[in-house]
Amino acid sequence: MSTKAAPLNVKEDEKEHPLENILRMDRIPHIWCPTCGLGTTVTALAAALEHLKLDLNKVAIVSGIGCTGRVAGYMKLDSFHTTHGRALPFAVGLHIARPDMKVIVFSGDGDIASIGGNHFIHSARRNFDITVICVNNFIYAMTGGQVAPTTPGKAITSTSPHGNYEHPFNLPYLAGACGATYVARWTALHIRRLTTAMSEAISKRGFSFVEIVAPCSTLYARLNKLGTGLDLMKFYHDNSVIKHGADLKDVDIDFQSKITVGKFVDIEKPTYIDSMNEHLKKKYGDKYKLYGGVNGND
Amino acid sequence: MKYWRTPLDIDKLKIPRGELHIIKERCKGCGFCVEYCPKGVLQLSTEFNSKGYHPPEVVKPEECVNCDLCEMLCPDFAIYCVRVEEDEKEVSK
Amino acid sequence: MKADPRNVLTGDHYLDGNHASAEGAIAAGCKFFAGYPITPSTEIAERFARRIPLVDGVFIQMEDELASMNAILGASWGGVKSMTCTSGPGFSLMMENFGLGIMLETPCVLVNVQRGGPSTGLPTLPGQADMMQARWGSHGDYEVIALAPDSPQESFELTIQAFNLSEKYRMPVLVMTDECVGHMTEKVVIPPAEEIELYERRYTDKKPGEAWPFEANGDDTAPMLPVGKGYKFHVTGLTHDYRGYPIIDAEAQEKKVKHLVDKIRNHVDEIIWIEEKDVEGAELVVMSYGISSRVVQPAVAKARKEGIKIGQIKMVTVWPFPEKRVRELAEKVKALVMVEMNYGQVYFEMDRCAAGKCKTYLCGHAGGTVHKPDDIYQTIKEAVK
Repeated sequence: MSTKAAPLNVKEDEKEHPLENILRMDRIPHIWCPTCGLGTTVTALAAALEHLKLDLNKVAIVSGIGCTGRVAGYMKLDSFHTTHGRALPFAVGLHIARPDMKVIVFSGDGDIASIGGNHFIHSARRNFDITVICVNNFIYAMTGGQVAPTTPGKAITSTSPHGNYEHPFNLPYLAGACGATYVARWTALHIRRLTTAMSEAISKRGFSFVEIVAPCSTLYARLNKLGTGLDLMKFYHDNSVIKHGADLKDVDIDFQSKITVGKFVDIEKPTYIDSMNEHLKKKYGDKYKLYGGVNGND
Repeated sequence: MKYWRTPLDIDKLKIPRGELHIIKERCKGCGFCVEYCPKGVLQLSTEFNSKGYHPPEVVKPEECVNCDLCEMLCPDFAIYCVRVEEDEKEVSK
Repeated sequence: MKADPRNVLTGDHYLDGNHASAEGAIAAGCKFFAGYPITPSTEIAERFARRIPLVDGVFIQMEDELASMNAILGASWGGVKSMTCTSGPGFSLMMENFGLGIMLETPCVLVNVQRGGPSTGLPTLPGQADMMQARWGSHGDYEVIALAPDSPQESFELTIQAFNLSEKYRMPVLVMTDECVGHMTEKVVIPPAEEIELYERRYTDKKPGEAWPFEANGDDTAPMLPVGKGYKFHVTGLTHDYRGYPIIDAEAQEKKVKHLVDKIRNHVDEIIWIEEKDVEGAELVVMSYGISSRVVQPAVAKARKEGIKIGQIKMVTVWPFPEKRVRELAEKVKALVMVEMNYGQVYFEMDRCAAGKCKTYLCGHAGGTVHKPDDIYQTIKEAVK
């Protein structure tokens, strides 16, 4: 069975959708469900990149496995769709080899915090100059709706059919505790603030983490009888509370609870390459040639 | 629009106008654009696209202020708004 | 092209196999090392950590072996020669992403300093029991290149060869040493840089927008696309076509897997490197690789003194296995003997290729020590009866 896209019957127009230059139009329409929030997050990323006026040749996007992992395949950038949980170490290797590139990791909550958990905490600890955008839909959607480390208690998923009795992760708290220099959370509905947060995260020098709470219609919403993705968006509208600088301990999310959004952490800390350069320069003086990044040479 | 006093630069203010373009075949009928248009410009039509979804239709074209919220929220890149300079209404006093 | 003299520690050295391997990598132009400490491979990481800052590279100790394997793939795509080192338990952890390296056709080098297994096994003692894992460790169908040095000198040379092969065939290449070679200190002669031949990575000569990451162009190995130069390519671990886009159907799978396999199978004659001694007219041939091929020598000498016409084959490349040569020999000799530090791994390949035309014998044991030459001698006597 072939998965070639059907030809589009685009409205006769000399203008085209503004994002068509950053999307791989030969792979649109995408595979995401109706009322899935992922397309919206892609728009936010594209808008952020445009706002920053970055040279798109120098932006690389790395993703893992999952619905969110498919984002890399739809963006017209140097993109890498790696194995489950391993987008971060791949991005670390790419970033160190090429400090001239902006490396963005765009992956889901299961990919980053479950199987990729170890890589997440160490990359944050080492403060690599990478941006991690984690789309949190509270479930493993691609594989049919299994429980995730971010699934709130009592939620029904295919591997917690009687309701989830585990404590979920509070991702901003985890990122902040591990040493991330920029931590923010927005929902897919807060599209403009999300775009700003992504712009800030990408231009931030250090490990930036942006969590996006996004609707999953076919699995999370359906299994928990929450309606469609639109109903989830309405829920975010009525239940998001903006609290910039909130204490990370207090931003956890329970089942259908208030969602605290905002920019929680924005600090300065030397990046991995900065620290390496400073330390080795001090030790070896002129024998050590500064590595990439700082002087722009690589 | 009602003000508690008339702004001093009211003669310079112009309400933006937008022209909507809907790529019907990409639409999956999610309803985000309809729900979050601040001016109620859109509603889901009764026609079908070839996948069986109801794309939106513009019911109040003169109300569109080119806020771009529909364009940004659309998960399927199926709607976008273009600024129309000539038709901008002046703010009524 | 030649090695960069700034990287090469030309001269006579007294090094152990691990240190020699690290020097080989640096001489080959490796500028990125990501690894995780595991006995008995740690010295490679340690030497790298010490040497690499002054040769403009980066050493990073990752949080685990899974991260190490992925980091070297990412760095390789960034355009930098990269390597990692590990032993048995870490090798198992790296397997999934070794497969990713094969699927993405990424050049890099993985050194496995084998130890006693399974599981935690014997961390400080040698083994050669990861050989089949080297061939089949990751899931799915693919071909592998694995080299086996028998001395610190060979560790130096074969690591360079591994980088060359990985760039030429665009895949991760394995160097399967063992704890004995890794921790054995011997004289290593590092030649001047102009005597070290390096195979440089082949990039596409097409312009952005016209080139795809897996376009083989009739050649069996496609040129790579550089990152950050406007090619804006996409690569995925899912089965993909020449554009790098995932295609989930049987036809694409057939094309891709056939390519991964034919890439090596169509070039085995250029890749396979075996050293033969006294094989012509022999009635018995002893095959071995790595440290075992040194232990074989006194046994063979003793047997030859007694008039047994005995030949030796040392497999420098263990994978691809020298199938054609073994099939030829099986028609001419009475018996083939495999000497390896395991209970039969590469032996089964030899046996398969002998196809019943001659007898096959294994002189193997569970590892933890090299063979006693006498045990090999006894197997030879048994084989010749």
